[in-house]
Amino acid sequence: MSGNRQQDASSIWRAPLLFAVLAALFVLEGTVRNSMFSGSWNSSLAILNMGLISAVMALGVNMQWGYGGLFNAGVVGFIAIGGLAPVLISTQPVPGAWEAGTPRLILALLAAAGTLALASIAWKRLTRPWNALALVAVLILGFVLYRNIFDPAVAAIEANNSAAAGNIGGLGLPVLLSWPVGAIFAAAAAWCVGKVALGLRSDYLAIATLGIGEIIVAVARNEEWLARGVKNVTGIPRPVPYEINLQQDPDFVARAAEWGLSAANASGIWVKLCYAGLFALVLLALIGLSQLALKSPWGRMMRAIRDNETAAAAMGKDVTRRHLQIFIIGSAVIGLAGAMMITLDGLMAPAGYAPLRYTFLIWVMVIVGGSGNNWGAVLGAILIWFLWIKAEAWGPALMGLVTAFLPAGGLRSHLIESAPHMRFLAMGVVLLLVLRFAPRGLVPER
Amino acid sequence: MDILNALVTLLNFVVIPAAAYGAQLALGALGVTLIYGILRFSNFAHGDTMAFGTAICILLVWALQAAGIGIAPLPTALLALPAAIALTALLMVATDRAVYRFYRRQRSAPIIMVMASVGVMFMMNGLTRLLIGVNEIRFDDGARFVVSVAEFRAWTGLSEGLALRQSQVITLVVTALACWALFWFLNRTRSGKAMRAYSDNEDLALLSGIDPDRVVRITWIIAAALVTTAGVLYGLDKSFRAFNYFQILLPIFAAAIVGGLGNPLGAVAGGFIVAFSEVAVTYPWRKIAGYLLPDWQPAGLLQLLSTEYKFAVSFVILIVVLLFRPTGLFRGKSF
Repeated sequence: MSGNRQQDASSIWRAPLLFAVLAALFVLEGTVRNSMFSGSWNSSLAILNMGLISAVMALGVNMQWGYGGLFNAGVVGFIAIGGLAPVLISTQPVPGAWEAGTPRLILALLAAAGTLALASIAWKRLTRPWNALALVAVLILGFVLYRNIFDPAVAAIEANNSAAAGNIGGLGLPVLLSWPVGAIFAAAAAWCVGKVALGLRSDYLAIATLGIGEIIVAVARNEEWLARGVKNVTGIPRPVPYEINLQQDPDFVARAAEWGLSAANASGIWVKLCYAGLFALVLLALIGLSQLALKSPWGRMMRAIRDNETAAAAMGKDVTRRHLQIFIIGSAVIGLAGAMMITLDGLMAPAGYAPLRYTFLIWVMVIVGGSGNNWGAVLGAILIWFLWIKAEAWGPALMGLVTAFLPAGGLRSHLIESAPHMRFLAMGVVLLLVLRFAPRGLVPER
Repeated sequence: MDILNALVTLLNFVVIPAAAYGAQLALGALGVTLIYGILRFSNFAHGDTMAFGTAICILLVWALQAAGIGIAPLPTALLALPAAIALTALLMVATDRAVYRFYRRQRSAPIIMVMASVGVMFMMNGLTRLLIGVNEIRFDDGARFVVSVAEFRAWTGLSEGLALRQSQVITLVVTALACWALFWFLNRTRSGKAMRAYSDNEDLALLSGIDPDRVVRITWIIAAALVTTAGVLYGLDKSFRAFNYFQILLPIFAAAIVGGLGNPLGAVAGGFIVAFSEVAVTYPWRKIAGYLLPDWQPAGLLQLLSTEYKFAVSFVILIVVLLFRPTGLFRGKSF
């Protein structure tokens, strides 16, 4: 960000070197078995896959922060709303749900949207004393109408086979289609927040996004008709083969034996490699597109706005509009990553959406990697994700070593037990150190 | 009789809980608004600092309980509170030295300070987890009720009961004392006036010889006192869970913005506005309606929003204020 530039021009070898170090870490995790690494390619690739998804999330945050200077404190919400897409698009339709009340439900949602639109028109079109009155009247009537249509529909849908389903189900379309849909969901949510909170003080957006994030996660947890809430949706279809089918395929087992791997091990590795390929493809396409965009006049305009809003406004650029644009694009990328994550897990479990993990950890990734640089964000994401996962194992070991001099007792066991929490402290320290001493991150913006 | 019953129900389920919750939010929002007024950024670490201060207080309570010291029937936490405030203040002043001072001297953009506060939030969160873990802890020893439902029914003969918990009374009394002390400090003392001057116009305040480091230090100490008190009261009233303290960040921010960021009086009002709307919107009104309109039999619970969405209320209030009056009801930045 402006104002805190590192003076030295960094070497062009810096990024490739750092990526090589990162690759070496993953190879070590895959091959060496000791107290630090697990020596399992399955574990290494599992970390890599989530690392790649984190990289897509970090790209989205980097667009908002690195290119727009916008602080999105509700990343978790955009991830969650993107994650709803695989459930709604690719799971099989729930028998009986449509008859039970899905059309009525859609009508209720349309009524709610119509109420808001009508309220907005009433507020803008009518004159001073009447507009507030009309606004309140429309909102109250609309709410009563909405609840009267909505409640029976929800009750009927949730009563329909509630042990196994109780939701509206999906469309049964290919799961890859749900990725762009997830992006669209997130973009729509971003439009709503951005429209209100942008153009005001810069931290209002942060607070408003914090709110929308909490609300989206609350909706995912509590609205059982939508995606079964905390009862979770399992068995979301995959774009890649299933391990069990591979293990029953004699060709595959034979080829695994050639490599000296057991069928179970090889099938796990192959499935994860397929995912890694898919995710890497999406990631590279996104980086390619955003690099092209940044080199275009549009990208120069965005950076000009970020570096000096007043000057850009004086040049006739509509700062708020551009901010809204970049905020929506960045959120769409985050939503895409959310859909990818649910596809990888094959499971929608909204209880897991914790803000520290899905909002602020992504922020640490972007800041550490290098805000304003796409490759930096990717590097930071994969590196921090690797450390975050491994720190869970390293923390207790390290704490055991540090407290070796203490007598075995309450304090020592308390410290070792709570050592997995050390990673929160460590992430805070890393973020503060990078922000202070290398504000442009590991791979600075050119 | 029915009207009295309705009134008692309203008091019991809406007015008293909302007043206690509002007082806790008001103390939290006062801290946010003071930091905003003096240091000019929204402190995202506020919720986790609150959790940290409460964790310290709980540890002290345990130590006091082990030593057999208490002030029954009041909770031991009140005795431990001053020491907890002192320790939290020490940590906050140290954090300012290590983190925020650099950006202040650089005159960095406020959003960079917000980012730094996210780093502090992570650290506070980690510290709290290290100190006390993530489990739910109750530390409200002492008497539980000032007025219990059974006693109230016996006294009045009404069919509805009224419970007044001790933690609620303590919350209201302590909040009133804290607000009185804060406003007395800001309006009557030299340091308080220096703070207001610094908040109103930094350059002019520097020109008249106000020491900025001192003002900032006092701000952090006051914020530490407010935040620890708010956290301990909230913990006494509900229970202590570190994650809940992160979650009340949103209502606290909403309260501070509704009142106008930087305006302490506004923060207090904002706290109560947010709390009363939250409770009123998530309370099922069926029972009260049953007393007032015995002939009307509504189908539902007459609950506008289920309690899981209470954060949506803060959010909607926030959005409404941002749309129609971005500087808040009381015009921010005026103390």
